[in-house]
Amino acid sequence: MNTAEFARRAAAEGLIDVAYAGVDSPFGHLTAAVTDAGIVRLAFEGEELDGVLQELADRVSPRVLEVPAKLDGVRRELDEYFEGRRHAFQTPVDFQLSHGFHLKAREACYAIPFGKVLTYAELAAIAGSPRAVRAAGQAMARNPVPIVVPCHRVLRTGGGLGGYGGGLHVKRWLLDLESGEPSAQRLF
Amino acid sequence: MKLPPFQMLLEEHGPDVHRYLAARVGPIDAEDCWQETMLSALRAYPKLRHQSNLRGWLLRIAERKALDAHRAAKRLPVPVEHVPEQPAAAAERPDPALWRAVRRLPGKQRAAVTLRFAADLDYAAIGRVIECSEAAARQNVRAGLASVRREWVR
Repeated sequence: MNTAEFARRAAAEGLIDVAYAGVDSPFGHLTAAVTDAGIVRLAFEGEELDGVLQELADRVSPRVLEVPAKLDGVRRELDEYFEGRRHAFQTPVDFQLSHGFHLKAREACYAIPFGKVLTYAELAAIAGSPRAVRAAGQAMARNPVPIVVPCHRVLRTGGGLGGYGGGLHVKRWLLDLESGEPSAQRLF
Repeated sequence: MKLPPFQMLLEEHGPDVHRYLAARVGPIDAEDCWQETMLSALRAYPKLRHQSNLRGWLLRIAERKALDAHRAAKRLPVPVEHVPEQPAAAAERPDPALWRAVRRLPGKQRAAVTLRFAADLDYAAIGRVIECSEAAARQNVRAGLASVRREWVR
């Protein structure tokens, strides 16, 4: 039962719609999923894997397979980012799990460069609905591709951290990493 | 229509399908048949209209691949210089000679006996795989076992 050979043949035939694999990070084991269009999902350790994969099967395609080789590029870029050696991701984002205002808010968030931050109110305005501050917050809270779509760069007016799907300590760590604070190493 | 991620089928049923094929076509051809079975399944998967018995669905595909392999083997007997060392597939381990006897049975009996004892299916499930009634599946297993027993005693 050579599953690696099976994955290779399935990929050669274009039969893998969603490939996923684990990626290590300074704050635990992440699961990353890609389609031919780009990275479609990044899940934190706390998220239940079965649920994450079932959602991909329901909303993208049931042809979901664990193929670590297909995630090599994403894994390398994330490693470099966590080590502070990478400021932007080359792997494109597949936004197909986002719709309506959430899509606009996430696209606007995607454009925030490394080391910069916005407030939820500013993000809502850039996404075209200045009054949709709460919806902008929800779009960030349920961001399917955190870190790459940098929702950690969106804060409360006045500088409060706001929330974060992976836990506030992770948001703090990412912001410290990007501001060059040595505390980024403190987590471990 | 909720289908589980294909990875789940691979993990939950892949080993059963492999065991079935090892008993059905022998350990050497089993891997090829398994690859073909899983690729066929993956091709068809998004269009699958039921998800009540995914294991039976996979075994049905496996049975078709096993028949293809038998037909191909009849057409093209390939002489080999070196007999490859046989990896001991789980179903073969108890008694390879017994399973060789099973493989000499006629088609439906062979499939029925293998499904019963290598894949541990009940008669209704066997019927669904080889497309006959539960009673006919039971009869095929009984007749198959009788032949194997005769050959065994001889």
